[in-house]
Amino acid sequence: MSLDAERRLPASARWRRALLNGRVSAVLILLPPALILFTLFVTLPLGESAWYSLFNWNGYGTPSNFVGIANYERILNHSVFHIAVGNTLKIVAVSLVIQMPLALFLALLIHRKTPTNAVFRLVFFLPYILAEVAAGLIWSFVFDGNYGVTASIAQSLGMGNVFILSDPDWAFAAIMTVIVWKYFGFHMMIYIAALQSVPQDQIEAARIEGATRAQVVRYVQIPHIRPAIAVSAFFAIIGALQVFDVIIPLTNGGPSNQTHTIVTYLYTFGLTRLNIGFGSAVGVILFVGAVTVAVFYQRIFMKRAEA
Amino acid sequence: MTRNILRVTLLLIVASFVLAPMIATILGGFKTNAEIRTNALGLPAMWNTEFYGQIITDPAFWRYLRNSLVISIGSVVLTLIVGAAAAYVFAQIRFFGSRMLFSYILLGLMFPFATAILPLFIKVRDIGLLDTWWAVILPQTAFSLSLAILLFRTFFAQLPKELFEAAYIDGCGYVRFFWRFTLPLSAPILATVGVFVFVQSWNNFLLPLVVLNSREVFTWPLGMMQFRGEYVTQWNLTLAFVTLTIVPAIVFFLAAQKYIVAGLTGGAVKG
Repeated sequence: MSLDAERRLPASARWRRALLNGRVSAVLILLPPALILFTLFVTLPLGESAWYSLFNWNGYGTPSNFVGIANYERILNHSVFHIAVGNTLKIVAVSLVIQMPLALFLALLIHRKTPTNAVFRLVFFLPYILAEVAAGLIWSFVFDGNYGVTASIAQSLGMGNVFILSDPDWAFAAIMTVIVWKYFGFHMMIYIAALQSVPQDQIEAARIEGATRAQVVRYVQIPHIRPAIAVSAFFAIIGALQVFDVIIPLTNGGPSNQTHTIVTYLYTFGLTRLNIGFGSAVGVILFVGAVTVAVFYQRIFMKRAEA
Repeated sequence: MTRNILRVTLLLIVASFVLAPMIATILGGFKTNAEIRTNALGLPAMWNTEFYGQIITDPAFWRYLRNSLVISIGSVVLTLIVGAAAAYVFAQIRFFGSRMLFSYILLGLMFPFATAILPLFIKVRDIGLLDTWWAVILPQTAFSLSLAILLFRTFFAQLPKELFEAAYIDGCGYVRFFWRFTLPLSAPILATVGVFVFVQSWNNFLLPLVVLNSREVFTWPLGMMQFRGEYVTQWNLTLAFVTLTIVPAIVFFLAAQKYIVAGLTGGAVKG
């Protein structure tokens, strides 16, 4: 900053001022706290994950029992890990095929600013603000075959007790229902914001030229919100990789490990059994997966969406 | 006309799918267990308030809430101060390596929390913070920094430069300018980020689960799981507990709606 006022000061005062008020001291005072916190608790643990993953280590003392890539081999050959990856992919599929179309459909119905629409918007968004654990407990009540809503319905239909969450065939479908319930409002909000930015005159022009409602949606509105759809799909995929909280109160990974996701797998087989090396290897695999998704997605879809 | 009736009917069906479990939960807190068993969905025959009363008079319930509050507010304050300070430097001062450091911080946007959870546990234990509020506050803040710094920097870069030059002539340096002018002028973005960090912290489960062991420091999601484990057969107590934590969440959302939706629609959400 070349200000005249500064030049008129004597050299010693200029130095003192530069030290107290200048850029150098600002950088040295304001920047380090963030860099230290970020390094200490975000990037360093990632590096440590990679290091720990090469040991058979229970977390006490220093890692000593070097096993190379044995942990990775065990994980990749572990049938429960296959289930966890499969379940994670199922969540991705349900998000893309059921949740997002549902959210888009609802957004198209209620994106206009009217009082009724505002109420529906609020209602659909409510599950998103609940803690996952609360959502999980609420739904574990719904699915409880002895006391819950399922029990009441089954009874009135004369079906006897139905235990969805302890049924290996149905438990994960139930979990996916909860996930759709919890997150569709989030995607809907993204679409609503995008739909509100569609220029009204384009819609009117299309109408005047005789476009039906469906044609307006297909040729005007959806093309316009394509970037929002790309973003919401990205969140759906990255979110699916991290599902954990909802599972614990609902099934805790059971029955017989059928409802694990990658993160519940990491937690159960890494931490609760104090296999820090093993769990760290799961973390590294998850990290590689997340970064791969992020990089590829940005290369392929985000670019196309911008164009 | 018929189209509108169809539309509203559809919306009402979805709305009942959304609300029914919540309403069943709130009503369940007023029912005896025998009644929940036969009538999980309907109105209670008698509005028993004793189950709610039992939760409210339980000191553990208030302890869980206090811990959550302290941890959430701590995370918000730390994220705002530390994040804004760094973002201010990135926005106002160009120096060798500043772009690289900024990219470094942005890397955090790609990392799922869970990937680093085990080394985090080891680190927190080795530092001696296990079972303390800091064990949650520090990592949580660190993970919020990427998004916070990104948003703050964009905002700070838009502040008028003339203001700074005037202040500089009056002898006000970068650090003091940051405290006296930048922060107060940035209230809207501080609120948006603050609300987001608060909600994330309030709902966080994995990190507290890993770094908190004793009930004295449990946050409410942990406390709720603990409680459920102890009262497996008493749904009415659990439902009352859940209700007493989701109702404040809903009230908070209604109050902070503007900021939550603003943060969301700005594409400013991770996961």
